[in-house]
Amino acid sequence: MSRTPYLRGAGLLRFGRHEGKSTLDLMSEAAQAALDDAGLKRGDVDGVVCGYSTTLPHLMLSSVFCEHFGLAPSYAHSLQLGGATGLAMTALAAQLVAGGAAKNVLVVAGENRATGQSRDASVQTLAQVGHPLYEVPLGATIPAYYALVAARYMHDHGISEADLAEFAVLMRAHAATHPGAHLREPIALADVMASKPIASPLKLLDCCPVSDGGAAVVVSCKPGAQTVRIRGAGQAHQHQHVSAIRNFDDLGAAASAARAFDAAGVTRGDIRHAAIYDSFTATLAILLEEIGFAGRGEAGAMARAGHFARFGALPLNLHGGLLSYGHCGVGGAMAHLVETFLQCAQRAGPRQVADPALAFIHADGGVMSAHVSLVMERVR
Amino acid sequence: MIADWTRGAPRLTYEYCPSCGAAQAFPRGFCARCGSTQVETREASGLGTVASATEVTRAPSKELQAYAPYTLLLVDLDEGCSVMAHGETGLSIGARVKAGFSDFGGAMTPVFVAV
Repeated sequence: MSRTPYLRGAGLLRFGRHEGKSTLDLMSEAAQAALDDAGLKRGDVDGVVCGYSTTLPHLMLSSVFCEHFGLAPSYAHSLQLGGATGLAMTALAAQLVAGGAAKNVLVVAGENRATGQSRDASVQTLAQVGHPLYEVPLGATIPAYYALVAARYMHDHGISEADLAEFAVLMRAHAATHPGAHLREPIALADVMASKPIASPLKLLDCCPVSDGGAAVVVSCKPGAQTVRIRGAGQAHQHQHVSAIRNFDDLGAAASAARAFDAAGVTRGDIRHAAIYDSFTATLAILLEEIGFAGRGEAGAMARAGHFARFGALPLNLHGGLLSYGHCGVGGAMAHLVETFLQCAQRAGPRQVADPALAFIHADGGVMSAHVSLVMERVR
Repeated sequence: MIADWTRGAPRLTYEYCPSCGAAQAFPRGFCARCGSTQVETREASGLGTVASATEVTRAPSKELQAYAPYTLLLVDLDEGCSVMAHGETGLSIGARVKAGFSDFGGAMTPVFVAV
């Protein structure tokens, strides 16, 4: 008999610069915040799932973390799926709880990605998601890989750079209402357009920042103060390398989302709140369109019209997303997850949307390579 | 096995599968589509069509920053597979191109130019 997996508690650190803090410091702070929120003690945790850290590249991060934090779970391991790792960890935790393998699974991430290494080291480490012989030696970077996908998307669907820039402006506006966001200074469309070129069509303000930060959730067989459950999950894996993409209109997001909606027994139209991976403005536009929350080529115009604002038809990334809340690696998409949990639990304070009973979360890892989708629900 | 640019030879190669007709750019020694181990390494014509292009301003290292800005391309080769490469400035998606080779950061690199 299957048990319902609930999101029992969550912790989300401020993203930005945490001078002197290590990966284990940040993971520990996030874990403690999640346990406190869930009303649990260390001894209650019988499962631990964590990801990876580029500043602490260890073969056994889960065991290292458990020893450091003081946990002795009956189940633990790490997993790696690039930017989709946090959602994959959470989907796995839900399966572990549903299958009875664990009662309280701590899903935890943290990394001093900004202060723990030089900017060049960060750029070079991340570029390694590309092919070591046929892509990386060409001087490719993560922005360049995504720029190739973005340029093709713009060409095929008649998108302008200003259309993409709408998402940078929107995410910054949302971040202004969250005290933990890395970047909170308001920006205008002209600021995005005038920001320095990185890899055309992407400019600096089309790109998420590199942050320190951490996030954790507890997936449990019992709900917290508010009853929020993980209702369904889906994945899709259709390529790793951008050179291997066969169809730029079918990168995997649609299949992943469809599997999550099917598993949850809901349709896309039931969703009242969305949190979608936004490593670059183009990432967000492409994912929204492939999943079907916007028609092909229409995401930017819909953002301009207020569709994805707090009071719009589909409130999106109300914490500011990767573009402005920040990106610390595995914890990056977990900020989307925690914001969605707070919205469903009606605990989002000044960012609260009216009725987020059914929410959708999506992340990709690599270069639109690995996709994970979740449907979250507040049970009345 | 024919050496390609990653081994310092000025050519593009690909693996062709006589069993199913698939062409793949990354060498594997087997066909990723049908599983046949009888793949042939063939030299590509170097002709293709630009599938996407970006001008990289921010290079990953100080050494490569000296080359910036440089143009990265995805090219659909006429033989039926796709590759990443450098290109001359100003190439648009859909442009017909042919591969040449030059130095980038001390290593041989394919550079496509318009035909």
